[in-house]
Amino acid sequence: MTLALFFFYVFSVIAVASALMVIASRNPVHSVLFLILCFVNAAGLFMLAGAEFLALILIVVYVGAVAVLFLFVTMMLDVDFASLRQGMLQYAPVGVVVGLILLVELLLVGGSFVISPNVTSTSVVPIDQTIDNTRALGQVIYTRYVFLFQGAGAVLLVAMIGAIVLTLQHKTNVKRQNVMRQISRKRSEGTELVKVKSGQGV
Amino acid sequence: MTSDIVSFASLAPAWPELVLAVGAIVLLLAGVIWSRERSTAIAFLAIVLLVAVIAVAIWQPAEGVLFNGAFISDGFSRYMKFLVLGGSAFALILSTSTAKPMGLDKFEYSILVLLATLGMMVMVSANDLMSLYVGLELQSLALYVVAALKREDPKATEAGLKYFVLGALSSGMLLYGASLVYGFTGMTQLDRIVGAIALDNRSIGLIFGMVFLLAGIAFKISAVPFHMWTPDVYEGAPTPVTGFFAAAPKVAAMALFIRVVTVSFGPVTHDWQQIVIFLSIASMVLAAFAAIGQNNLKRLLAYSSIGHVGFALVGLSAGTAVGVEGVAVYMAIYVAMTIGIFAAVLSLKTKDGFVETIPQLAGLAQKRPFIAAMIAIIMFSFIGLPPLAGFFAKWQVFLAAVDAHLFVLAVIGVLASAVSAFYYLRIIKVMYFDEPKEEFAVAPAELTAVMGLSGFLIVTYFVTVGSPLYAAAHSAAGSLF
Repeated sequence: MTLALFFFYVFSVIAVASALMVIASRNPVHSVLFLILCFVNAAGLFMLAGAEFLALILIVVYVGAVAVLFLFVTMMLDVDFASLRQGMLQYAPVGVVVGLILLVELLLVGGSFVISPNVTSTSVVPIDQTIDNTRALGQVIYTRYVFLFQGAGAVLLVAMIGAIVLTLQHKTNVKRQNVMRQISRKRSEGTELVKVKSGQGV
Repeated sequence: MTSDIVSFASLAPAWPELVLAVGAIVLLLAGVIWSRERSTAIAFLAIVLLVAVIAVAIWQPAEGVLFNGAFISDGFSRYMKFLVLGGSAFALILSTSTAKPMGLDKFEYSILVLLATLGMMVMVSANDLMSLYVGLELQSLALYVVAALKREDPKATEAGLKYFVLGALSSGMLLYGASLVYGFTGMTQLDRIVGAIALDNRSIGLIFGMVFLLAGIAFKISAVPFHMWTPDVYEGAPTPVTGFFAAAPKVAAMALFIRVVTVSFGPVTHDWQQIVIFLSIASMVLAAFAAIGQNNLKRLLAYSSIGHVGFALVGLSAGTAVGVEGVAVYMAIYVAMTIGIFAAVLSLKTKDGFVETIPQLAGLAQKRPFIAAMIAIIMFSFIGLPPLAGFFAKWQVFLAAVDAHLFVLAVIGVLASAVSAFYYLRIIKVMYFDEPKEEFAVAPAELTAVMGLSGFLIVTYFVTVGSPLYAAAHSAAGSLF
């Protein structure tokens, strides 16, 4: 058994086991932590396959951003997961059947899928084996398809403007902090010197 | 892998787009920083920006293919870009004085119009299935938001939502078609697909893909049977927005339609011709009959725009350079008439608010003779009476159809045109022969100017803009064949 094969089995066994634990663990915070473990192992699998860019992106984006966001959401929202989990055993057989059908379909498709031998010769962006895949992706996204990349950026900008303009409420009766007003306030505006006659009070 | 962008000067064909994109982002920042109250100033700057983009396009007439074939600038795209930019600029002018009562006094409105215009320019210049989709989505997404911008109004929200759901469906169809076309040709670049089709000798999968692709685009030009959203969205959206929807986006989608069928599917002309003929006949006939029962002015204009798309498609169904030339002329005249009629509709205001229905127009000729005269001129032009511009538009497309021996199509077109005269004439009758009931407010100066300009161009079309426009359309169509 080569070292690569050994690590492949290590990563895949941990990935599958942690994926199972994501749906099986009682505590939702544990679920998210198992999800992170699953992501890290998937990143290891990518690394073994030679896709080092995807491996690092998976860690940076999914573990660093998405999973942490999940964690915050599950901790902030007080969702009663016990009630959501009710009837899980009852529905399990249906789920297993659906899963089996999907598995059979995937096997059928995967088994009969043939890639035309001359596909690489007609490919719009042929794979260059001489450069590493971070550089290759960069050349495809930022050089060849830079126009589409920037166009997609403009689409996202429109989506952002749209979401803000359609949902943001400017409430007028809310007291807001005005920092400039606070720091430019003088003592004369905030205090009042009152002469109190002795024995009479204010 | 090398890039074709070696210097700023080598980007010359895309300068108008770059100026518009950078300008829109600068204005967005200005609007956010500068306070949200100055929407009028941002709208004014947006109009200035659009004029500047037109100036850049005139000053830098560079043509060529950029970004590894994703973007093309040729005579056709330049012609259509001028129409798109002009349509957007006039739509913004229409909304300057009416923005506040219409609930559009947010600076994001102008920014979204600018970004939608950017999307339309990408559509017009698309030379690849991917850039086609990115441009289309950029334009559509901005339009969905603009339709629902008046979010307190349930009708506007409904219009936005309806437009969004049906638009997403049509985008799905378009993508499905694009993926089939790519799968069966191995190419996404429009001018290379044609070579693959010529080798492949029209496979059935390719035709399937083409049909889906054209169905997606037909939704955007609102050709029957993909028109269902149009009356509801036109009625629900605020009127300046409706004016914008009716002018520039139609031109961009029509340009896309023309480029896809003529550049990519030249070898299978016979197959797409059937589709275009069907869309054309269905649009003309349905619009002519469905508009008769309408009482709402904006719904009527929606059906009218569906009908005009049908007439424009008559030219395209010929499948010849003369036909494309006819469509180009038709779209230019259509934009001029649409901007004019929406300027007139926006300037109709009584003490109860804006005029929305046709009976409210009663006696307009006695109260506001200028507006009534302009509406009458545009209505006669919509019908296609000589010597108004609308006549020459229809003349061109029917001539192309007859040249291509599509006699039945031409006859149906003329008959539909005659039926549609009924509802256009009804408006003129209500304005001129019914007793006035209400007082109309004085129209703002810029709306009067836009109306006057539109009316002037329509009446004097034959002696003023007619021949230069024809020459421009001729060279535009020539760059595709």
